[in-house]
Amino acid sequence: MATKILDLPDISYVLPGNRSCAGCGIGIALRQITAALEGKMVMTVPASCLTVLGGMFPISSVSIPWVNVAFPSTAAAASGIAAGLRATGRAGEMTVLAMAGDGGTGDIGIQALSGAAERNEDFIYLCYDNEAYMNTGTQRSGLTPAGARTTTTWAGKRENPKDLPLIMEAHGIPYVASTSAAYPADVYDKVVKARGIHGLRYIHMNTPCPSGWGFDPKDTVRLGKLAVDCGLVVLYEVEGGDFHLTGRSASLSKAGRPLVPVADYLATQSRFRGMSDEAIASVQSWVDERWARYLARDAGACVT
Amino acid sequence: MDAQREISMASPAVGEAGATGQWRNKRPVMDPALCLAAKAGRVTCQICWVHCPDGCIAQGASPVIDLTYCKGCGICAQECPADAIEMVAEALHGACEIDESGEAR
Amino acid sequence: MTAETSVMTGNEAAAAAVKLARVQVIAAYPITPQSPVVEQLAAWVESGELPAEFVPVESEHSAMTVCIGASTVGARTFTATSANGLAYMTEQVWWAPGARLPIVMCIANRAMAAPWNVLNDQQDSMSVRDAGWVQLYCRNNQEILDTTVQAYRIAERLHLPVMVCYDGFLLSHTMMPVSVPDAADVDAFLPAFTGQLTIVDPADPRNIGPVTLADPRADAEGVLRPGYMEVRAFHQRALLDALEVIPEVDAAYGDAIGRSWGGLVWEHLMDDADVVLVAAGSLATQLTLAAEALRSEGIKAGVLGIRAYRPFPVAALRDRLGGRELALVFDKALSYGYEGPICSDLRGSLLGVEGAPAVFGAVCGLGGRDISPEQLTDSARRATADLRAGARTRATEWINLHTEAE
Repeated sequence: MATKILDLPDISYVLPGNRSCAGCGIGIALRQITAALEGKMVMTVPASCLTVLGGMFPISSVSIPWVNVAFPSTAAAASGIAAGLRATGRAGEMTVLAMAGDGGTGDIGIQALSGAAERNEDFIYLCYDNEAYMNTGTQRSGLTPAGARTTTTWAGKRENPKDLPLIMEAHGIPYVASTSAAYPADVYDKVVKARGIHGLRYIHMNTPCPSGWGFDPKDTVRLGKLAVDCGLVVLYEVEGGDFHLTGRSASLSKAGRPLVPVADYLATQSRFRGMSDEAIASVQSWVDERWARYLARDAGACVT
Repeated sequence: MDAQREISMASPAVGEAGATGQWRNKRPVMDPALCLAAKAGRVTCQICWVHCPDGCIAQGASPVIDLTYCKGCGICAQECPADAIEMVAEALHGACEIDESGEAR
Repeated sequence: MTAETSVMTGNEAAAAAVKLARVQVIAAYPITPQSPVVEQLAAWVESGELPAEFVPVESEHSAMTVCIGASTVGARTFTATSANGLAYMTEQVWWAPGARLPIVMCIANRAMAAPWNVLNDQQDSMSVRDAGWVQLYCRNNQEILDTTVQAYRIAERLHLPVMVCYDGFLLSHTMMPVSVPDAADVDAFLPAFTGQLTIVDPADPRNIGPVTLADPRADAEGVLRPGYMEVRAFHQRALLDALEVIPEVDAAYGDAIGRSWGGLVWEHLMDDADVVLVAAGSLATQLTLAAEALRSEGIKAGVLGIRAYRPFPVAALRDRLGGRELALVFDKALSYGYEGPICSDLRGSLLGVEGAPAVFGAVCGLGGRDISPEQLTDSARRATADLRAGARTRATEWINLHTEAE
């Protein structure tokens, strides 16, 4: 049963007055991630927006154990912490959570993540996907959507983003989930579920970024939800290989409603300004093909 | 241990980036006459509380916004199902108050 | 003391030390000529002989990262690598000492690519000498075992990582008699790792290794805390403290186990030496043969072996080399575009010192190029002759370079 907002614990391990941008999607989610783990956790955080949110020495903006690590190394650092906790008899004291951006996960960090997944290391890996290297000023990543302008794709990115959750599924890990910072209760539930599973649990979280995507900060949640309504972001879980849609994506599927045209979403952000009709149509057919696949999987079809 | 003070290891505190309320161009102003929790006299709805990226809103009937740290993003106003929160230009506060008629005092 | 002597390779000696040190987390990626260390440790972990976590990482960068993570939560850790593996983990080789983590790493010294070469020289460890590890060089397999055990005590005392270097193939793969100390004796010398600096505790949450600014910054209580430069000054101070700790630990090991290795530097035929031959690792042992040959020709030669290269033993070198005629430094590495690293460092440390010898340098053994005692003797003979003919400076000599092969 999906947790309702009023049933979310009223406790915060994320302290106000931190350095994240106004309207940052990460903050909304981090409050629920930490609440879901009741603060009994240790995080590994690579160079990223999250590092900045965490604060500069000597003041921390988070009241949970937090270990800053080198950019490519998030999953390896979490592996090391998990091994160290086991070796020193403290494994039961806290959950190890690796939390990195799309670059730190899918590009520079993918080797360490793949290795950790193949070894089925015992920690939760959560990727906050703001769809570009935001901390260094919005350069493209392998997760940047097609058509998006970034400081290294001035004419709009040509390629579609990598499907990281699918890549993680291919490692055979016990839990893979896709969520959105626009649905904090969904984030909470998925972290709670992950907490109860051993091995490598991967959660992919779409994270709207007003600074990098080019929209008014007040729309972070609204646009995050619109992305789900368009099928650009799909909420789902894969537990032990079994796929099912969740939350709003499940409702959309159940209602059999058509998705909102992607053009409506693309029009809301300056990063997509100037996209040609062909480029938009291309994104639409990419979304449609994937949505059909998700619907089929939800109905029991196999991926391969 | 002295050596412990030789490594970069920070301790938690509010306001790492200072009083981030100073970042604002607009501040959220809540109307208790419209707020669902205020009208019900109990902790209900709380949609503003859950969506605040900075945890600046305390649960309540009605919820209370911490203006020392509120960055003025406007998500609470956007998401409030009762349109009970209005983002009002910060320039109109501090320099002078505005009265009920909207005139500067 | 019930030590057991057997014939083993340098890699086996390193692994034996890791087992004696009761290392708790091991993470390593194979690379010639280090691989047998990791293979032996994996076998012992699997059999239960070594109750450690073994993490078969997917790269050397991750190997050091796993050690960083595990050390952060208070586990005793180990990794090993060579050459390109060390180069791949270099970002993390910088991270560990900056974070003041007492990791111990063995380096089976090997040539750097390009071009590919799996054989011995010292370029790999020399290239990371600036990162702020304690760096120790071993001359034989017994010293590898003893120094690796000592390394943990040094590391945990100073909160600094320690690199134990030994020549790839020449030591890593050759067999020598090695006495393996009794485990209980090592336990008495090296108790369990406690006193970690980092706090990882939900009841006392800390943010470890955050951005640290140029200037000191006040904490929430208004107390001024260090900026980046102060943190680095503390790091440097700890490394300089190692100049005392390394000999102390070596002497304590001598008391506990019965062997010590000279602390920072070791000597052979130095009492009345005019010409001092200097090197690190097994090359220095070869130099003892050269020194003896020179003596038989009437040249009063001696050997100064560098055991601790970082911190650089400035005072010890000034003390041992003061009043000598010539120091001839043999490097198995180059700071390309300049000269051998040990040579530069040594010459620099003697500048302006009353009675300092002339310092000449030679490069040898790159990429496993053979170097014989005869060639070393020859080189020393030539250097001495050049000096006595009036040369104050001399270009670096490349020994046993086959110029006809161009």
